[in-house]
Order: sequence, then structure tokens, then C-alpha cells
Amino acid sequence: MYRTSHIAYRVLHILLPFITFLITAANCAKIDKEANAAQLTNNSTAPAAYGDTLVEGTIGEPSVLIPMLAGDSASQNVASLVINGLVKYDKDLTLVGDLAESWDISKNGLVITFYLKKGVKWTDGVEFTADDVMFGYKTIINEKTPTAYSEDYKQVKKAEVIDRYTFRITYEKPFAPALGSWGNLIVLPKHLLEGKDITKSELGRHPIGMGRFKFLKWTPGQDVVLEANPGYFEGRPYIDRYIYRVIPDPATMFLELKAGGIDWMGLTPIQYTRQANTAYLEKNFKKYRYPVPAYTYMGLNLCLRRETKTGKCIEKHPWFGDKRVRQAIAYAIDKHEIVDGVLFGLGSPATGPYVPNTWPYNPNVKKYDYNPEKAKELLADAGWKDTGIELPHWLPSLFGRMLKWAGWNIKDGVLDKDGRSFEFTILTNQGNTVRINTAVIIQRRLEAVGIKINVRILEWSTFINEFIDKRRFEAVILGWGLGLDPDQYDIWHSGKTKEKEFNFVSYNNPEVDALLEKGRRTFDMEERKKAYFRIHEILADELPYIFLYVPDATPIVHARFKGIDPAPLIGMGYNIDKWYVPAGQQKHKITQ
Amino acid sequence: MITYLLKRLLEMIPTLFGITIISFFIIQLAPGKPTDVLADLNPKMTPEARERLTKYYNLDKPIHVQYLMWLKRVVKLDFGDSFSTDRRPVWTKIKERLSITILINSLALVLIFAIAIPIGVSSAVHQYSLYDKITTMLVFIGFAIPTFWLALLLMILFGVNLHWLPVSGLKSLGYENLSIMGKIWDSVSHLILPVTLEAFGGLAGISRYMRSNMLEVIRQDYITTARAKGLSERKVIYKHALRNALLPVITLLGLSIPGLIGGSVIFENIFGIPGMGQLFYQSVMMRDYPVIMGILTIGAILTLLGNMLADIGYALTDPRIRAR
Repeated sequence: MYRTSHIAYRVLHILLPFITFLITAANCAKIDKEANAAQLTNNSTAPAAYGDTLVEGTIGEPSVLIPMLAGDSASQNVASLVINGLVKYDKDLTLVGDLAESWDISKNGLVITFYLKKGVKWTDGVEFTADDVMFGYKTIINEKTPTAYSEDYKQVKKAEVIDRYTFRITYEKPFAPALGSWGNLIVLPKHLLEGKDITKSELGRHPIGMGRFKFLKWTPGQDVVLEANPGYFEGRPYIDRYIYRVIPDPATMFLELKAGGIDWMGLTPIQYTRQANTAYLEKNFKKYRYPVPAYTYMGLNLCLRRETKTGKCIEKHPWFGDKRVRQAIAYAIDKHEIVDGVLFGLGSPATGPYVPNTWPYNPNVKKYDYNPEKAKELLADAGWKDTGIELPHWLPSLFGRMLKWAGWNIKDGVLDKDGRSFEFTILTNQGNTVRINTAVIIQRRLEAVGIKINVRILEWSTFINEFIDKRRFEAVILGWGLGLDPDQYDIWHSGKTKEKEFNFVSYNNPEVDALLEKGRRTFDMEERKKAYFRIHEILADELPYIFLYVPDATPIVHARFKGIDPAPLIGMGYNIDKWYVPAGQQKHKITQ
Repeated sequence: MITYLLKRLLEMIPTLFGITIISFFIIQLAPGKPTDVLADLNPKMTPEARERLTKYYNLDKPIHVQYLMWLKRVVKLDFGDSFSTDRRPVWTKIKERLSITILINSLALVLIFAIAIPIGVSSAVHQYSLYDKITTMLVFIGFAIPTFWLALLLMILFGVNLHWLPVSGLKSLGYENLSIMGKIWDSVSHLILPVTLEAFGGLAGISRYMRSNMLEVIRQDYITTARAKGLSERKVIYKHALRNALLPVITLLGLSIPGLIGGSVIFENIFGIPGMGQLFYQSVMMRDYPVIMGILTIGAILTLLGNMLADIGYALTDPRIRAR
């Protein structure tokens, strides 16, 4: 009765849940030449004009438009157009005021006082005040609210409304990622929600906000329609309407783009490099490219046996516990080959857990350029040699394999140590072709230095529950989507190794622990930068993960839209209110 | 007849009960939990937050207790709320997708029967002729061709190159501003490709079935008798043979009823149609137990009803069965 296939959109589920709301917010450095060229032509044309409709294609449908309840990127995308936060990330990834005019941070970093903008109105006419922030804060820390985002707010010791436009929070300990957390997650219309069950509220499907756009209509499974908010406190957007159209199949979406059904979509690497070069598309659309806050890695299980309760490592993994082995694997893998082969060049090799050209990224860390000879040397140092009986080469290889089954040690091109061959399995998730291809390339490269690899593909939920959570893996290929704040405490701190916690490779380095702590406890940018530079340096040397690549986002937008100014990490949606279509080129007229 | 019907209806209750128990336990056997989608590898999700969600969904309770809680709601015709982040009632989610799925499936079903029956009959009558071979080949092509691929080709041809039909979706942008006729044409044009393609894939089964039934009937003595009486070939085929050959088709029709609410994920994804197939697939992927159970239960009820209707239809049309 039900045929299943098309798991393409699973791909998104993997990276996006945590890029989510951040992606709509903020920004930085590397834009390729193509996009720069596009930029020039883009801004040098006719004057800004009001009107027209922008249709964005999306694979996933939003689920709920109250940010704190949503877990998916589609919901966060739409919600961010309708509801603003106290602060937002600017194009250069610094935090600037949004609904907050300004803020003070006390000397010791414990107290943050927000001064809100006056006269900002919810679209139903009621004024936005500090009470709405307080209400949002109380809701998110309420045990009954099913939210995944309460952790940052639990660090708050005391929250108080000083007056209508002043809101103050006090922390137990200084917490640098705190400021960025006061985005649109904690802004709720108190006058509409007070005393009601937020999960049953109509607002999830018909949000009332004060953002750039106003909610108009949601046809389930088809589209969400927003219209320009005429009373927006920074002036109404030029574009009349924004439509978020759900098209679950990426191939269909691309056809819709060609047929004129949508104006904006994210391209896959192959679409970007090979399929979007037709004369028609070149003339009518502009392609953009910028890095996203995410990286893909091969994680190695550093630990053989763990304490069940705390997840503390009792016995190091005899192979991967050795730094030389990890470095050898890094030397044996050609990252450029992976970027060119599976991403069609649309990404960059990763050297650590930060995105190139962002402030925590340290450019001077150890890099592992492809060097199989060096890899072999390091493996030999670590005691890995291809030993055993050398069979005459004219014997069929099957013969050797049979002897091996029978328990003989054969000199067969695979390294051995203590009577065991260097053979392990890489796990990755189904539906993500890029990762599967990466695994296959790694398999071939490691075979060349004498390591035999098996690749096993698993359904996402099974993968996480049965293998990652239970630590039953040797190596995995996975990706992290990151926030715009560089705090990666949960991934690297040695205390985060319990079941379901994210240091699942059991990395343990007291210096990194201390630096992570330091990085999140100070607001001094120089101090933080120093800490993250050092963390980057240590991780690049010790390689708890083999860092593989940072992917680029590759969207395409109809050329009639001007004023688009993409920036690394933050993307292009951050200034959507400044996009416009010159009067003569407008396609859709709204008649009512 | 009435007692028979009542008996059949009563028999359905334990069957349905059994189906729900088995379904409920089997979906829990799959690794993973509804909290995964919100929580998996999200660095912001602490174990405490995960626990909070587990409690919220009552997943901390033993499985038989969960089943009883579910059952208690269902006997009151309430399928509960979805576990996905929108937390809307299951029935609302099913309802908003049901009509389009039923519409497309019934249109396709009508089209399949309207085309497959004549094809089957005529190719049986002209067994081993060139016509028989060509139609056989065509319906098998329809059966064997990957429909998602054919769908993309047709979308490129009619949607992108010729601009005759829309590529996907159910309505065009600016639908509200169209005239009545414009609106009707807009809806129809969005349905042409999906319905045609779905019907194309379904022709093979029914037409082959019809052909073999017909062949069997034609060899019967009463057909020879009819011919011997001097009836025209037309009368022999359409009056005497066809009626008898159609009887088993009633069973097929009855068995197609649960299929009416089951959409194909591939079709719906490719054409961007928000139907039941998508809903079911997404809820399985998210381990959205209430929605999965809701759809399975409705499917089970329809299957049982379909079986019963097929039997009744049989009894009504075939005197030999009625007698018993």
C-alpha cells in the first residue's frame, strides 16, 4: 500500500536541525568570484521599488511557527521572517540589537540589561514590551514546555522586568554564548498566550509577530504565504509577498525553477556545477555560494571500554587511541580529492571544528596534505607492519584468502599488529549520497596504505540509537551543524561522554576542557579568540576526528531580485527586507 | 442476509483488535524514538531536555500501558495528538490529506478499469493476434517502467518545454484571481499528469486478469451453446461471456478500497502532492506513533470493509453464491 523511496530529504535532517535558526540570522567573508560578479550586476541597476512576490522552494514543510517549539530548519526559516529577537547576528557575525536598542553587560559579565526599542507593535496592534520577553523566558524554562532549547536559559539565575522597556538577566557564572541566545526563541506575545497551553495555541499555525513579514495563509503540504508588514519598525520590505512552497523532490523543484514556478532554491552540487549552466538559467537566474556553519568529519572511537554510568573511558582503543595512527589516517586521505569528487569543488577542506575565515578559525594549525608515504611511516612507528607468510605471487589470491580464514597470517597488503589485521568499518547514514561517496573514496585511499575498510550504511534513527548512543562503532562519517557562537563544549568536553551526550568518541584532554570552560566564561573577544585558536591547534594535532570538509550553500535566485548580498555562514536571508524588483521587471501583481 | 451481515461485522471486531495490537507493538520494535528528530545530535539538547520530552509523550510508561491509553482514546474515536512538533490532532492531519488522495486514487481507479477491461476483453477475443501482443507489451511497459523517471520526463516535456501543464503542486500562484472556469482548468491541469501516470502503472494487473478470465469463460460449454444458437459474436462476447468474466473483478474492486487512502510516496513526492503517502512516510521516519497508528487503523478498517463489500457484491451478482 505504501511505497517508500526518495529519502533525499533525509539528507537535510542530518545537518540542519542545529543550523536551523542560526542560518537565517547572520554572516562573513569568502564569496567566490562568480557570486561577486553577480553582485556587481545585481546592485548597479534600476532603483528600488515596492511590489512583486518571491517564491522560495523548500523540501521540508514547516511544522510549527513558534520558534521554541520547532526543531526543523523549515519552521525556523519562516518564523524568523515573522518574529524578531532581542539581538541578531549582523553580516560580519557580530551581535547587534534587533528588538533591543542596546544592552549593558556588567563588568563581571554576570548581568545583562537590555534596553528595548519603543513603539514596536505586534501585528495585531499591541505594543511589544519587556513583559513579552519575560513571558517567553518563563515559558521556555517551564518544565511543561516541550522544547529542545531550554538549556541556555537554565543558566539564568534571575530575570526581571525593570520597566516597560528594560529587561535584566543575571547569570550564575559568566556565559559568553548567552547574549546570542536572546534571539527570537524567547519572544512571545504575552497578551495572546497568557494562561494558555502553548502547544495547543493557534499561534503555531497562525503566528502573530512584529517581524518583516506578516503571516497570511498556510495551506498544509503546499505553501506558507507571508505578506510585507507595513508597520515594520525598520520600514516595510520592498517585496509584497513571500511564499514558502513545499516541493519534496529536489529534481521536481529544479524543473519548477525552470518552468517559472519558484524563484529561489538551494541547488545540489551537481545541479550547481553541471545542470544550471543552460543559456536560459544563466540569463534569468543568479547563482550564489557561501560556506555554511557546518563541517563533515570521520569520527574514530578512541575508547574500547567505558564505565556504563558516566561513560568514562576505562581502556583506550588499541588502534585509534594512538595519535600516530590517527595522524597516519589523516595523511592517507586526500581532502581535496573529496571536495572535488563529491562536492564538485563546492566546499573547502576542514582543518578543525571551525569554518575558514571566521574569527575562531586559526589559520596556522597542522594541516595534513595528502602524503601516503608519511602515513605508512607513522603506521610503522606505531607497530603496524604487513607480516606473515609471503605467498608466491602466481598463486591465485583466493588461495591466500582461504589460508587467512584458516587462521594463517598472510602477507597480503593489509597491515598487522599483535596478530590482528588492520581492518575496520565506517558507518554512515542512508540517504546522504555525499557522505556515502566520501566513505568510498576514503576506503580506496586507506587501502593503499594497508588498511582495509568496510562501509556500512544505516537508517538514521537506527544509526543514532543502536550505534552512536551505544558507542558500538569503530569509525563514523557524520556532520555537525554549528551555531554562530564557537562554543563546542558539548562536543569536546571530557565530561560529556554519558550515553546520548555528544562526545561519543570519548575525547579527553584536560587542556581542551579548561580552554572550553574559559572560552564560554568571558565576554572579552580577544580572550575568547585566544582560547579557540588554541583549541583548534590542539584538535588539529591530536585529531579526535579526521576533519574532512566544510560544505558551501549553493542557492540560485531569479535575476529580477536585486539587493541580495550573501555572506559566509549567515547566508542571504538576513537582508530579505532590502531585496527588491525594479518596477519594470515585476512579475506578480497582487490584486485584492 | 441481514444476519449474515451482522455476523460479518461482529467478526471484524476481534480481527481489528488483533491488527491494532500487532501494529502497535511492531512499530515500537523499530529502533529509535519520536524524541530523536528533535533531539538527535542537537548539541543544545541535554539528557534532561530529552527526558522532559519522553515524559511529555508518555514514552516512559510500559508499552502495554501505552497501548491501553491509546485504545481508551480510540474507542472514543480520538486518535490523539501527533508527536511531531506541530502536535496537532492526528485526525486533523489525516483529514486534510485524505480528500486529495482519495480524489487522485479514485480517478486513477476509474481510468484503470475503464481502459483495462476493454483491453483485456479484446485481447482475449483476439488471442495471439498482433493487437494482443502490442497491448500486452504496452501494459507491461507501463508496469515495468520506473514511474518516477517517466514522471520527470513528462514534466520536462509538458511543463518545461511546452508549457502546457504545470510541473507540480495542486494550484498555481494567483489561483485566487482566476475566473471559475480558470480555477477548474487550473485544478484539472494539475491532476492530469499524476492521474495518467498512476493509471498507466496499474493497467497491467487488471487487463491481464480480465484477459485470463475471459479466455476461461470463452471456453465454457455455455458459450459454445450460445454460439450454436446462432447468436451474433457481439452478443456472445458482451452479453454472455463478459458478465461472467467480470465476477472476479468485483473482488478486485473490493480489495482496492483500502488502496484509495494509501498514496504512493514516490508519486506524491515527485508531484508535490500533499497526500497520505507522504504523511505516512514522514511519520514513520519521525517515529510519530499516533499518526502511524491512526493511518494503520483506518487502513485496517477499510480493508475489512472492502473484503466484506466484495463478498456482498459477489452474493448480489452471482446466484450460485447467494444460494449458500
